[in-house]
Amino acid sequence: MTVEELFDQQAAEVERQNALENRIYCCTAAGCVSCGSEAVRKAIGEEIKSQGLTGKVEVCGTGCMGLCSKGPLVRTSKDDALYGGVDVSNAAALVSAPETLAPLRIDTSAPFFIKQKKIVLGNSGRVDPEKIMDYIAAGGYQALARACTELGPAGTLDEVKKSGLRGRGGAGYPTGLKWELVARQPGDVKYVVCNADEGDPGAFMDRSVLEGDPHRVLEGMAIAAYAVGAQQGYIYVRGEYALAIQRLQLAIRQAERERLLGNRILDSAFQFRVDLRIGAGAFVCGEETALLASIEGRRGQPRPRPPYPPEAGLWGKPTLINNVETFANIPPLIQNGGEWFASTGTATSKGTKVFALAGKIANTGLIEVPMGTPLREILFDIGGGVPGGLEFKAAQTGGPSGGCIPAEFLDTPVDYESLARIGSIMGSGGLIVMDSSSCMVDVARFFMEFCMDESCGKCIPCRAGTVQMHDILLRMTKGEASSRDMAILEELCTLLRETSLCGLGQTAPNPVVSTLRYFRPEYEMHIRDHRCPAGLCEMKGNEGGAR
Amino acid sequence: MSVVTLEIDGKVCTGVSGETVFDVAWNNGVKIPRLCHIGGLPNIGACRLCLVEVEGQKKLLPACITPVQEGMVVRTWSEKLIAHRRLIVELLFAERNHVCSVCVVNRNCELQDLAVELGLDHIRLRYQFPKLVADTSHERFGLDHNRCVLCTRCVRVCDEVEGAHTWDVSRRGALSQIIADLGEPWGESDTCTSCGKCVQVCPTGALFEKGKAVSEMRKDRGFLKYIVTAREKGQWIR
Ligand SMILES: Cc1cc2nc3c(=O)[nH]c(=O)nc-3n(C[C@H](O)[C@H](O)[C@H](O)COP(=O)(O)O)c2cc1C
Ligand code: SF4
Ligand code: SF4
Ligand code: FES
Repeated sequence: MTVEELFDQQAAEVERQNALENRIYCCTAAGCVSCGSEAVRKAIGEEIKSQGLTGKVEVCGTGCMGLCSKGPLVRTSKDDALYGGVDVSNAAALVSAPETLAPLRIDTSAPFFIKQKKIVLGNSGRVDPEKIMDYIAAGGYQALARACTELGPAGTLDEVKKSGLRGRGGAGYPTGLKWELVARQPGDVKYVVCNADEGDPGAFMDRSVLEGDPHRVLEGMAIAAYAVGAQQGYIYVRGEYALAIQRLQLAIRQAERERLLGNRILDSAFQFRVDLRIGAGAFVCGEETALLASIEGRRGQPRPRPPYPPEAGLWGKPTLINNVETFANIPPLIQNGGEWFASTGTATSKGTKVFALAGKIANTGLIEVPMGTPLREILFDIGGGVPGGLEFKAAQTGGPSGGCIPAEFLDTPVDYESLARIGSIMGSGGLIVMDSSSCMVDVARFFMEFCMDESCGKCIPCRAGTVQMHDILLRMTKGEASSRDMAILEELCTLLRETSLCGLGQTAPNPVVSTLRYFRPEYEMHIRDHRCPAGLCEMKGNEGGAR
Repeated sequence: MSVVTLEIDGKVCTGVSGETVFDVAWNNGVKIPRLCHIGGLPNIGACRLCLVEVEGQKKLLPACITPVQEGMVVRTWSEKLIAHRRLIVELLFAERNHVCSVCVVNRNCELQDLAVELGLDHIRLRYQFPKLVADTSHERFGLDHNRCVLCTRCVRVCDEVEGAHTWDVSRRGALSQIIADLGEPWGESDTCTSCGKCVQVCPTGALFEKGKAVSEMRKDRGFLKYIVTAREKGQWIR
């Protein structure tokens, strides 16, 4: 379609939706589906028919609405309200008289909602991810139009640089600089790659974005391709994400049909194709050079950098790799301008960050907060605190590459620098809460086991070092380790950090180092007294780990 | 090609632009340890034994893939580097079953030499004792996984020099294993030309010639250079 058609279609679809008596949004993301939202959606559809309201009331499935612990969630346009814990018996009421369901109504002025700021997840729960018109009605593809007609490649790049956006895949590299590196490379053949391998245990931010708003990511990639001069894109998505893959395939087909991807995009000379590449479940394939090797059909193993992908990436050509959430930030950023984006966040960390709350916390689920929000606000105001009357012990960010944050640092603002200062990392957005029943040695052992299993085996420090570190940690949890083991463990931490080839090995010691930093006495008790203060580890000759 | 002057361990050295720190150091008499690197094959920077300190760089750099630069100041034998290398070699000895006393290349083994050079006289780590087998299905050669350090020299020489690509790595992490073709016994491989190049480049006794007793096998360490010189310059010289 042309730019004019894009705006016309938006206006027409908005008008159509506004004319409906009621539009019912039923969350069909993983959390709600697991408590029966598909059946609710079907029942609502049947109710609409049997009440003779076809054409006046409409039901659609959406991405994650955030409060997964209260699922299935349903939003109704008639009274602009959110209902939780609904079941099929509520279908009739939801269709014609949602206001009668007051007990199920969720108070959207609660801190859980008002302390959040949704940029990345702005459409999630509000558009049907399987309908491109829903996305267009929400202003979709207008940022691409603005880039192509108003800004030009250099202007687009400028906005991204001005925004201060940093990569959301973990390391936080400034996105504008990365784009510029690729844009500056000579040659016609360049690639844009979206990293959707999301391998951190417990993380589902990227999955939610892909399932809930796939066009957003496609639009972000298209804008990037336009700015750096690429004509081909790949989304590397892990094979376990079947629904995300299905939605992406559908979204790509729809966008191609509407000439928003493919040849002559928005009736201009710009062309950009996107293809999917499915990962086979290796964590290391999220590392950019391993990911590229995997796309090329080779063994998914990292290679030393330099050269970095912007100089020599896919098939040796300049390649831009960004994370799903990074790309999802691009359309609103371009639509509203870099300065608008930079007005949220701290001096060095701009915008918002999506976190997956998990572990010992009341409101498990997906949240999005401005950078710089204190950890306490995230965990207690939004997360609802630790349930079950137990005490907060630590929060873990960054998964197997991250660290544990003890209670004394709860007031730390969540931004790249502050987290690094206290020995953790922003990571990709996993946030696991532990209470006093969690054993920190066992936490360290768990993450080390993950790294050991996921090590690609190319370099010796990581391949053999993680095995030895896991061996020591395992013996600690059984009360079989000595203080000599402790010394070797710390030596290995330094070795892996300083000598491993890629980020996996270099950061694998982080969970150990950070728990040693804040919970060393707990380690010592395991070693010296064969006692687990949390009462979790079963010790030899001390069965049940009695307190 | 321009001449590059740099300092390695306090010694002023010269090399040619494009050369690696590793090569320039060796040409100037500074022997940096290595395991995955072997002259004549593409470098992969995997074993991490050749890591060196370069002034102005926060990270340690693998000498085998780092090009020399004018004015570089390199340290190759600091205390920290020695400690790292010793621990890496220690990790290798604990990882698989290296029993020198029954090995065909005893006293002619790069792993053993590294241990001696680094003064590694005992292992503090727990031996993993993995249950591994030897593939003796090939008529003339054998592959004993117990002694493999996964340097992938065999994979690279077979692919890049012989052009057969018989070898590759299967599985990952500590479970990684060298396999012939798609996991066939070596003797049944369709692609192996029985050229024996892999046996010569293997740093340990993992790849060996049959019919040799303990300590009897001598690997021809200059062999790869010979072939590569012949191929690149057309000169069959040793
Ligand atoms: C072991 C390892 C795993 C990684 N996994 C992911 C991942 O699942 N998703 C991701 O976006 N980035 C991952 N990364 C980071 C990528 O290498 C890369 O930095 C990132 O995709 C760049 O995108 P960004 O600049 O938008 O953050 C991983 C890095 C390492 C070392
Ligand atoms: S650090 Fe681990 S994952 Fe990375 S290259 Fe080395 S062995 Fe592979
Ligand atoms: S068989 Fe020899 S050459 Fe091949 S990876 Fe193992 S140690 Fe290296
Ligand atoms: S010799 Fe350089 S990393 Fe192995």
